[in-house]
Amino acid sequence: MTRQIFIRLLRNRISLSCLIILALLYLCAIFAPFLSPYPPSTQNLKKAFHPPTAVVFKDWKLQVKVYENIDPSAAQYQAIEGETIPIKFFTGGKLFGLDTEDDQARIYLLGSDSTGRDVFTRLLHGARVSLTIGLVGISITMTLGFVVGALSGYLGGKFDSVMMRYVDFLLAIPTLYLLLALRAAIAPYFPSDKMFYVIIIALAFITWSSSARVIRGMTLSIRQRQFVLAAENMGQGKFAILFKHILPNVSSYLLVAATLSIPNYILGEAALSFLGLGIQEPEASWGLMLSQAKSMKVFMLNFWWLLTPGFLIFITVIAFNILGDVLRDIVDPKMKTTS
Amino acid sequence: MSNPENILEVKDLKVHYPVKTGILQRVTDSVKAVDGVTFEVPRGKTVGLVGESGSGKTTTGRAIVKLAPITSGTIWYNGEDIGNLGKKPFFPYRKKIQMIFQDPFNSLNPRMRISRIIAEPLDIHFKDMSPSDKMDRVVELLKKVGLDESHVNRYPHEFSGGQRQRIGIARALAVEPEFMVCDEPVSALDVSVQAQIVNLLKDLQDELGLSYLFIAHDLAVIEHISDDVLVMTNGKIVEQASAEDIYENPQHDYTRKLLSAVPKL
Ligand SMILES: Nc1ncnc2c1ncn2[C@@H]1O[C@H](COP(=O)(O)OP(=O)(O)OP(=O)(O)O)[C@@H](O)[C@H]1O
Ligand SMILES: [Mg+2]
Repeated sequence: MTRQIFIRLLRNRISLSCLIILALLYLCAIFAPFLSPYPPSTQNLKKAFHPPTAVVFKDWKLQVKVYENIDPSAAQYQAIEGETIPIKFFTGGKLFGLDTEDDQARIYLLGSDSTGRDVFTRLLHGARVSLTIGLVGISITMTLGFVVGALSGYLGGKFDSVMMRYVDFLLAIPTLYLLLALRAAIAPYFPSDKMFYVIIIALAFITWSSSARVIRGMTLSIRQRQFVLAAENMGQGKFAILFKHILPNVSSYLLVAATLSIPNYILGEAALSFLGLGIQEPEASWGLMLSQAKSMKVFMLNFWWLLTPGFLIFITVIAFNILGDVLRDIVDPKMKTTS
Repeated sequence: MSNPENILEVKDLKVHYPVKTGILQRVTDSVKAVDGVTFEVPRGKTVGLVGESGSGKTTTGRAIVKLAPITSGTIWYNGEDIGNLGKKPFFPYRKKIQMIFQDPFNSLNPRMRISRIIAEPLDIHFKDMSPSDKMDRVVELLKKVGLDESHVNRYPHEFSGGQRQRIGIARALAVEPEFMVCDEPVSALDVSVQAQIVNLLKDLQDELGLSYLFIAHDLAVIEHISDDVLVMTNGKIVEQASAEDIYENPQHDYTRKLLSAVPKL
């Protein structure tokens, strides 16, 4: 079953492109230290808001142009005519770097931020936070959602009514307020470099409820099916029935729901970090990087490269959503929205 | 109390489901699914239970194995009162009494291979059996119900209705039961396949000395397999006689009505 789903995902051109994009993003995140030319927090205060350095082909080598700061107040840089530094590959455990003794020289493929840190480097390192938060988060959400939902549906009675009223309560509060309140409640117990966990706990707490409700509904219908009665009749225990008979029959729903709720985590992290309540400096995450773009200066002077994390968030969220839609069409053709 | 020749005796069995209405879910009424049923099943014999849809046949069968809540009444199995047993003391009877289900497309978990489906009751009641012995037993059971050894690794959707019902029978036989509740085991099947399954059940009865409570909604099937027949309507048994007598000399109007629905050959 799982293999069939995977094969059909690969056959569909749209989902195949999403899978490739996501695979590339995750590979970049995994190999971030190797792919990025600098450590993520290396600053260069003389090169704040540096534009992307142009790469040229000269003397049979790839070289980068050297820039001078012509107006420090407006962060205006201009390439120095004829002056370039060659790029060397596979040096010092990095894919590429500059072949120079000058420790102030920089290659900025996507420009630099307000303290002269390389945006390209920080994008790669930020991907680690932004992309893993979704995966870790949904494993918690789906486990909780399944356990609570299936137990409610299967046991019924008091447990069911208490849990479902609780779920109603969670679903009735607007997500952002709940997220902010939870963050405020949990954050004091964690040091600032462990905010990653705070975000995951807060988001998991919010998102499990809707999947629990759906799983409960599915369990209610599955437990009426005769193979569950057969298992009860042969003396199978409650938990064995939950894991042998109910879980395998809701797993395709879980897969779809998981794929469709990864974007919630990515966006939730971005929202918190953008507001300064999530990942803290000097660590990197896409939401945190994007928060630099909210200053007036960036807006007025058109430092477009500071918006690249937003673009990556957009791409990732769209890819997961499309993938989830295609998955749902495969798993449950009746729900298909387009012809 | 009970006659040792009977494997099962049911006395004045009632199953009432409460009807809850309103937001407060107050019990306002009850559905009398089974309303005072008394019968017995002699050891090694088949008792047919016939009635139209909704007459309470399934509920009667399920109450025996505690899949439906008993409101009142007694059930003796081999002279023991099993109707009032708790979950733990009832466990041994989950091996002795097995059930065959109505809908072969619904009674096998679509996500399990045949080998796991048939081995599931072995995992529960024969915990000490080694995996290879279990596998041998599964193959033996498959052959016994007329299926092939090569089927063990397939999934239920790869089989026809009749084959699935055979798998359900193999699963029920796995733990060497004495008594089987067969809940309309052939209603969902083609007429040509019905006879095969009924004959299989008969052969198994002769070979293993099983006793059956055989539920059906048409008398043609019942007559073929049963020694005694119970006619049920609205939760009550209205006529009780041997299979021939029911056919030759029906007493109750309802039985005559059922008989007239049987296609004449
Ligand atoms: N869990 C339940 N809750 C409430 N009512 C029920 C429940 N199970 C069965 N009933 C009711 O009890 C009555 C008898 O149902 P039952 O399934 O025993 O009939 P049946 O004779 O097996 O019918 P069929 O031939 O359709 O299988 C029906 O009116 C049904 O609606
Ligand atoms: Mg029935």
